[in-house]
Amino acid sequence: MMRTRRLTKLVLGIAACVALPITASAQQGESHIGKLTGHADTGRQLYFRYCWGCHGFRGEGTGENWIPTGSFPDSPYLNIQPRNFVAAVFKCRSTPTGTLPLQQDLYNTLVRGVVNSNMPSWITLTSQNRADLIAFIMTFSARWKNDKPGDPITVPPEPKLTIEGIKHGQELYQKLECWKCHGPLGFGNGPSASTLTDSNDEPIRPFNFTAFSRFKCGSTNQDLYKIFMTGLDGTPMPSFADVVKPEEAWDLVHFLRTLQVELKSPELTLWESTKEGAQQVAASRVSGTPTGSGVKQ
Amino acid sequence: MYERGSELIKRRIAWAASALWLGFLLLAIVLGDSRSLIASPLPSVKVRALPAFARKYGMPCSSCHQGWPMLSPFGQAFKDNGYQMMNERDAPIFQQPAYWPVTFRITPTWHRENENRAQVDGPAGVSGNEASVTTHGFDWSGLDFHTGGTLAKNISFYVLPSSDNTGAFHFETVMARLDNLAGSSWFNLKFGKFELDNLLSEKRILTLSSISGVYTNYHFQPATENNGLNLAFPLFGFGIGDNQVGMELMGHSKDDRTRYSASVLSSNDGSPGLPTSRGYDGYFAFSQAFQVGSLGLQRIGAFDYIGQAPTYFQYTNGNNSGIPGNAAFGLPGTGIGNRSFYRAGLIGMFYIKKYDLTAMYFHSSDDKYLATGTPANAAFGTLPTGAQNATWNGALFESHYTYSPQLILIQRVELVRMSQQALPIVAGTPYTPGVSVPNASFGNEDVYTFAGRYYPFISSRAGFAFHGEYAFSHQVGTSPVTGQSLDFSSLLVGFDFAF
Repeated sequence: MMRTRRLTKLVLGIAACVALPITASAQQGESHIGKLTGHADTGRQLYFRYCWGCHGFRGEGTGENWIPTGSFPDSPYLNIQPRNFVAAVFKCRSTPTGTLPLQQDLYNTLVRGVVNSNMPSWITLTSQNRADLIAFIMTFSARWKNDKPGDPITVPPEPKLTIEGIKHGQELYQKLECWKCHGPLGFGNGPSASTLTDSNDEPIRPFNFTAFSRFKCGSTNQDLYKIFMTGLDGTPMPSFADVVKPEEAWDLVHFLRTLQVELKSPELTLWESTKEGAQQVAASRVSGTPTGSGVKQ
Repeated sequence: MYERGSELIKRRIAWAASALWLGFLLLAIVLGDSRSLIASPLPSVKVRALPAFARKYGMPCSSCHQGWPMLSPFGQAFKDNGYQMMNERDAPIFQQPAYWPVTFRITPTWHRENENRAQVDGPAGVSGNEASVTTHGFDWSGLDFHTGGTLAKNISFYVLPSSDNTGAFHFETVMARLDNLAGSSWFNLKFGKFELDNLLSEKRILTLSSISGVYTNYHFQPATENNGLNLAFPLFGFGIGDNQVGMELMGHSKDDRTRYSASVLSSNDGSPGLPTSRGYDGYFAFSQAFQVGSLGLQRIGAFDYIGQAPTYFQYTNGNNSGIPGNAAFGLPGTGIGNRSFYRAGLIGMFYIKKYDLTAMYFHSSDDKYLATGTPANAAFGTLPTGAQNATWNGALFESHYTYSPQLILIQRVELVRMSQQALPIVAGTPYTPGVSVPNASFGNEDVYTFAGRYYPFISSRAGFAFHGEYAFSHQVGTSPVTGQSLDFSSLLVGFDFAF
């Protein structure tokens, strides 16, 4: 009888030892994005079909196309290194700087891709596939177990577009020294541009506003607002949440839009209607024989 | 834990694939015999899988290919975008100056071919007998040189010089495409020689044997056609799987769920030099994909090829080999007396996690002049008594089990059923060209295929696959002497590689 009880306890103990980690890992191996629940085991299969070439077997961003520090000028296409999922530092977030992004932020990055990098849009995958991938990506870093994502920042309603707002944004561009990296006209050629490195000591280039219609973390005014209120973690682009007020941030958004001289926007149209704005836009616009790159060089 | 599990799984997959491949080889040796009388060369299979693209973008083959060369939905979108990732870095100006987007592909093979009723000499005289003929041995496929990519942002190209296995080259694809016209993915204009917008691409077929290196339904023509009775009749050859020459307007939604294409094509089955008529054909395709829970992406679509072909030449130029009684050569480009044909169908592509099934239904028709090889001009010939349009239906079921990006198993069934014979049916009488057929099922065809491909490595630099395949076809009443069923079988193993 005694022996049977001991045996029962032993079996139950072993069962508990086996079951508890399985249950725990099942919870850790899930993502929750809206109504979707992603599963890491499925995401793993997708990762090793689509992602490992760049992000590597261990998610460290050192896949077969990883390029050692300093060699990027020879490989311009891959000059933006793949994300290191072990470090779990993400550029595109709706959460304050230094915090983990929402799972929805990662999902949005998969949908959107990262312009001017090797990361394409994965919009052709199913939404379930994307949720599964995120569940697996989150298994690479203990941060997802130990930390919680930050509280998403609030994006206040966009104020009415005015000349005064654009001019105020222009002043902020000078005052906050955005020009030091992005250049006076937004070409990404400021005096500090050539010295910038990311958190892995890899050289990194500031965004060229004149060349692209999309930003790394979106294409809308709200996305742009979020970029400089959350910062792009892992890059020299800081968060200005503690420096500018929301209405000032919107003015900056409106001014930055005027730097995108090849993209028709209400901001550019309004800005060009002024003498000062027309002169600035004319100075930014380039002409010449096209190279076929699709962007102004 | 994942790493260790991954290694274990890899070893198991490698073992399973090796066993599968060796199994095919052993089976081939057991089944083979020494009656090697005729050679059945491999078809020149023009397939596309481009490590050149993988090298450009640094992505593994498995991103764009479910199992190369077959595209994944992501790969299909990449192709539809004009071989662009659409991340503002697609133009060649962003590449290394030395980068040249070229890939070659070839497949050394061992294969065994059998025909159950080949026409041979024997007691009944010259070519008056039938015999089962088997041959086997080591061989190789044709060679493809793929070059493709972007000339500039939103201007893409594809050029494919391709050879058969004797090294005789031709151009399989020569096209340039203006992508995303007016900034919209709904308008893309392709110009040149290219593959039709077939969702189940024959150029990316996963099977390589002499029977199943092409889709039977894509090339089927009734057995009564091209009978050689009237030499004034230009040969009529058409396959919806053949690359055609013309221009195509194609569009798709950003996520590639919705796709359409409309093409205007020369009526010459993709041949160079305007060899026949001045006619034009049209091809239209539409498909819609949708997501069903966690199963994956499902797609349904429809297509229609409306064509015409000449039945005689307006002008001739010289005599055919100077042999009295032979028809004169037709002057290229002067084919007239066009008669119509069409190929229409429905397609469904269904994914259930690792298993996927493609089902197609075909309905086709050839005009009675084309179907009986008769010039539509009384001066050259008259229609056989009782001739009518040939019509037939077809079905294709192809399924894959993609165990992992490294291992894919393939099964395919193709069925073709004549619904209306071009010639009158005279029961009990053997097929008489230009007169009658013995029964309503004359020329019906079934094809069964089983194959497996194991990719021992996946990278962005090169591709390699162990390939094993068995295919069997059965045609009703077409054996050359006795008019019995004609069966072919093909067993193939090979090393398929591209770099």
